[in-house]
Amino acid sequence: MADARKRLDTAASRPIVGAPLAHDSAAKHVAGEAIYIDDIAEPAGLAHACLGLSTIAHGRLLALDLAAVAAAPGVLAVLTAADIPGVNDISSTHRHDEPVFATEAILHHRQPLFAVLAETREQARQAAALAKAEYEEAPPLVDIAAARAAGGEIVTDPLVLQRGDVEAALAASPRRLSGAMTIGGQEHFYLESQIALAVPGEDGDMLVHSSTQHPSEVQHMVAAVLGVGAHAVTVEVRRMGGGFGGKETQANLFACVAALGARRLGRPVKLRPDRDDDMAITGKRHDFVVDYEIGFDAEGRIHAVDAVYAARCGWNADLSGPVTDRALFHMDNCYFYPAVRGRSQPLRTHTVSNTAFRGFGGPQGMVGAERFIEEVAYATGLDPLEVRRRNLYGGAGRALTPYHQPVEDMIAGAVIDRLASRCDYAARQEAIRAFNRDSKVIRRGIALTPVKFGISFTATWYNQAGALVHVYTDGTVALNHGGTEMGQGLYQKVAQVVAQAFGIGLDRVRNTATTTGKVPNTSATAASSGSDLNGMAALDACETIKARLVAFAARHWQEEPEAIAFRNGHVQVGAREIGFAELVKAAYMARIPLSATGFYATPKIHWDRKAGRGHPFYYFAYGAAASEVAVDTLTGEYRVERVDILHDCGTSLNPAIDKGQIEGGFVQGMGWLTTEELVWDEKGRLRTHSPSTYKIPVASDRPRIFNVALLEDAPNREPTIHRSKAVGEPPLMLAISVLHALSDAVASVGDHRFCPRLDAPATPERVLAAVERVRVLAEGSA
Amino acid sequence: MRETVRFLLGDELVEIGACDPTRTLLDWLRIDRRRMGTKEGCAEGDCGACTVVVGRLDDGALRYEAINACIRFLPTLDGCQVLTVEHLRGPDGKLHPVQQAMVDCHGSQCGFCTPGFVMSLFALWLNERAPSLQRVEDALAGNLCRCTGYEPIIAAARLMDEADRGQDRFVAAMPAVAARLAALADLETVAFGDGTKRYYAPATLEALAGLTSAHPEATLVAGATDVGLWVTKAMRRLDPVIHLGRVAGLQAIADEGAQLRLGAMANHVAVRRALAALSPQLDELMRRFGGEQVRNAGTIGGNIANGSPIGDLPPALIALGARLVLAGAERGGPADGAPAATIARREIPLEAFFLDYRKQDRRPGEVVEAVLVPKPPADALFHVSKISKRFDEDISAVCGAFLLRIGPDGRVAEARLAYGGMAAIPKRAAAAEAALTGRAFDEEAVAAAAAALERDFTPLSDMRASAAYRLSVAGNLLRRFLIESRHGAAATRVAGPLAEEAHG
Repeated sequence: MADARKRLDTAASRPIVGAPLAHDSAAKHVAGEAIYIDDIAEPAGLAHACLGLSTIAHGRLLALDLAAVAAAPGVLAVLTAADIPGVNDISSTHRHDEPVFATEAILHHRQPLFAVLAETREQARQAAALAKAEYEEAPPLVDIAAARAAGGEIVTDPLVLQRGDVEAALAASPRRLSGAMTIGGQEHFYLESQIALAVPGEDGDMLVHSSTQHPSEVQHMVAAVLGVGAHAVTVEVRRMGGGFGGKETQANLFACVAALGARRLGRPVKLRPDRDDDMAITGKRHDFVVDYEIGFDAEGRIHAVDAVYAARCGWNADLSGPVTDRALFHMDNCYFYPAVRGRSQPLRTHTVSNTAFRGFGGPQGMVGAERFIEEVAYATGLDPLEVRRRNLYGGAGRALTPYHQPVEDMIAGAVIDRLASRCDYAARQEAIRAFNRDSKVIRRGIALTPVKFGISFTATWYNQAGALVHVYTDGTVALNHGGTEMGQGLYQKVAQVVAQAFGIGLDRVRNTATTTGKVPNTSATAASSGSDLNGMAALDACETIKARLVAFAARHWQEEPEAIAFRNGHVQVGAREIGFAELVKAAYMARIPLSATGFYATPKIHWDRKAGRGHPFYYFAYGAAASEVAVDTLTGEYRVERVDILHDCGTSLNPAIDKGQIEGGFVQGMGWLTTEELVWDEKGRLRTHSPSTYKIPVASDRPRIFNVALLEDAPNREPTIHRSKAVGEPPLMLAISVLHALSDAVASVGDHRFCPRLDAPATPERVLAAVERVRVLAEGSA
Repeated sequence: MRETVRFLLGDELVEIGACDPTRTLLDWLRIDRRRMGTKEGCAEGDCGACTVVVGRLDDGALRYEAINACIRFLPTLDGCQVLTVEHLRGPDGKLHPVQQAMVDCHGSQCGFCTPGFVMSLFALWLNERAPSLQRVEDALAGNLCRCTGYEPIIAAARLMDEADRGQDRFVAAMPAVAARLAALADLETVAFGDGTKRYYAPATLEALAGLTSAHPEATLVAGATDVGLWVTKAMRRLDPVIHLGRVAGLQAIADEGAQLRLGAMANHVAVRRALAALSPQLDELMRRFGGEQVRNAGTIGGNIANGSPIGDLPPALIALGARLVLAGAERGGPADGAPAATIARREIPLEAFFLDYRKQDRRPGEVVEAVLVPKPPADALFHVSKISKRFDEDISAVCGAFLLRIGPDGRVAEARLAYGGMAAIPKRAAAAEAALTGRAFDEEAVAAAAAALERDFTPLSDMRASAAYRLSVAGNLLRRFLIESRHGAAATRVAGPLAEEAHG
């Protein structure tokens, strides 16, 4: 035993923070041994729930006959709104606009009307199909144009960001142009669909295993729906099979229905929707229409931008307020607008309620910004990259964002320059132009776009986190924090922080499942904040315990506290080297507490939404990508030939995990802007509700050449956890370079004289339409 | 008659006397056997999270194939070996080299798709040494990952190849497994069910014909890559089910000189191999057919008899002038389901088989027995293009297949232009064919043919493409055909071996 411990301790001889370690569950993943909620050993008496869904998108529910459902084989009970002991509301922003079950108003196709509980999942699914509903159907407002035409009802208060007199600045600009851009939405397509398993306890207690990024919110929703205190509900999640924002609020419905069923039956209940139902019920990335007017000069300098960002929000507010806010927060990307006005228009439609998705509106804001740049480039005949450079933040009086926060850590220019030189951008651009001159059908394109992404929840109070660290008398450590693991490697990063704090090996630190029973009142694992917040909270807990151990050791061994240090696998106490376990055991015998909570609240940030002013972001994360594509101008088919990325992770906590976030985020963003197309029909039915019709990238879609590098020697200016930077969302927006490379290839058809105005997603069909548009313009001007 | 289903789960012989014939392998693994490593991602064979590896005897040789457990009916595994992700760790607990490579390359993030990737990679590793990058991508085309962007998984596929197969216990066990499977094989008809639903898996054509004439309402199942969804998505009750996969001889592929004879139960991998010999364009079409798991399970007969308006193969086969052999019991056959004494056959042009949307010229009791594919004459120009949002594992928005014969006068003597995705059935473009025939194959003729397509087709707008795009691309594919016939595929293709050949 002693030998084994010694071996474990020597594993910590290298620094742990910053090491490119594998995901903590990697071996379990590949062996099929990682336990997801559907894999948990089923409790005795488990019943299964299935949701009954509306077959119209808009109208009134006149009658719901569930007799056949209740009489179906294996059925134990049916649940409707009338069976809810608490409130029939799971509105995450407390607007009371999101019932669990519809009662009268039907606001989107496949809206839940009831649930059926049965002995098996198969029986529940079969029974749910037997419902007879009568409706009074009304025409649905399916998209932004329809919502606007019907008067533009909004789901939440719009935001206005304003700096300077934009109208005067536009009027004074040497040149002006206006346009509009459509930006598509995106299905999360987490591989593990939504799922919840509720287990009833005594005194109205409910344990819910929920695949959620936000256990505390699920806890509060379940409590409200059951009509009990939050203290009666425990929500636990060890891991999700992907989240991407799709399990920030969207898990609430499934957890609440499972809990309602468990309460009703007094038996455990599991609810796992079929993939198609998951896609039809849950919200997605917001699609936008951006209407813009830009004032600029012949040197490609932007003088003023006035833009309206309209979003399809769906049938309720959900997170559409903060999502559309974040779109405006990123309408500048890396560019200084001397005068600017951005307005959001969060529109109500009769479609699923769009929600958080990696980037949270930021990507759409930034896609708009890059279109503005592109428009100016084509209007002035300048190279788009040159226009980007000329408009970067920096220089006297060029630091203020549209929300009046100065950009103090601007490094985008340096990142662009380093990347351009590493990937030989200029020479390749020239070679591509030469290739295009001789190529009739295939055209190539290249583009380099930067990213500046604001880090912090814009809901300032969310920027807090708690952790709970237990040190056991054998020197092993159990770690718990409010962050959830969805594949991003958060558990491993925080464990690295803890192992290094105690100077012990990672194998002595055990991640324990996130649960509201251990760390309360947590924020969603979202906004890229997971390791910033929870890493700091866990470190705080470690420091509390370490302070106690140091004080104890100083007394016990008669040394100055300054002479005590936690090193690789041992504790230095003066001249002595004491094993961590030995110290802990001695401290226990001396009745020193070995458990502590930790807490962190992000400093510096504040935001006044009404005024549109403040300092909503603690810092910015930067990056840049150069993409090269080949386009077939007969069919619109294309291929991403090469991508080079330079991304800023500050001082990375784990470069292997961060690289995975960059590569994965990029490909996910590329899917959003290329092949992933959501299609609703005129009746408001989602036609792309399965992987056979909704096409996320596959292996062969990844760039043929894919060079990803982390920016070196770039510690965060702010004292974040080990000077690292958040990495969950920013890399997704590097994929905007693919859209612009496609646009560049299309533009070659018109000798780069006309802005292709290629909208997203750039499916082969949209690319071909842009080719034909440019061809017509070129012929018209010839 | 045998009333049980027998297969190997790893080393364990499983014999099942009764079960719902449409119970999926995935549900059986997860619910009945509590083997939770295999995941359900979509329940329609499109994401690959449920991938398992199935060993089967193919002409006496043991073949391992990745398949989707979510749409595979349990009794169709009769006579096979099923390997799941749990089988891979060694008896000493060591990860298999395929698994270790995934760990070493950071190939998992959320981990939910990972068992499926591991099993697809495992099948590749068992079957192929030093696969090309293209081949790795093809083998993974049926596996979706939303986290990694695939780069580390591709790296793992490279790394795993370095492991010594000589030391591998699965490789070592192959002769023994083959012997055990051979011992399970018989020529009995499997008749099976759960008391309310019936399932038959005949082993001879006569037995099959007897069953189909006694149960003309039966659902005929081959690879279940479409029928599986009738159960998992539409929740249809299928009774009875007749499985065609055991019928001797139906998988055979023969080169008959002027034509290929493709047995209806030949899977897409075997069909690809055969068709590739006719044209690299057919090779490329079949490379992009579904994902690897679907290519392993799906059959040419299923693809045709299913009657999809798109079905990637029919346009190409129609352009080639393929004929269909339909077989059934002579004079209706015995009513009690006993083997038919005599088989009656008829042969029709494939294009005549498709009558209307999801309606085919298949008479009660008839089955598709074989497809006869004439080899294109040496003087013929042949072209196939599949256009979809995503290159791999997607359904065509438009599929165009063209065969031209140029006469001694340099003019088009015969034109066969077939399209999928343009009408309710795969269909030839008569007006466009007429516009080409008798003229030199040049820009002008192609423009005339492209313009004529409007008279041939009134395509639909749907989630795959708009009517306008379909029509416009259908015409542009003729332009592509012309360019390629002069300059090779390199000039017009951006992806796949046809493009690489040119670039590289």
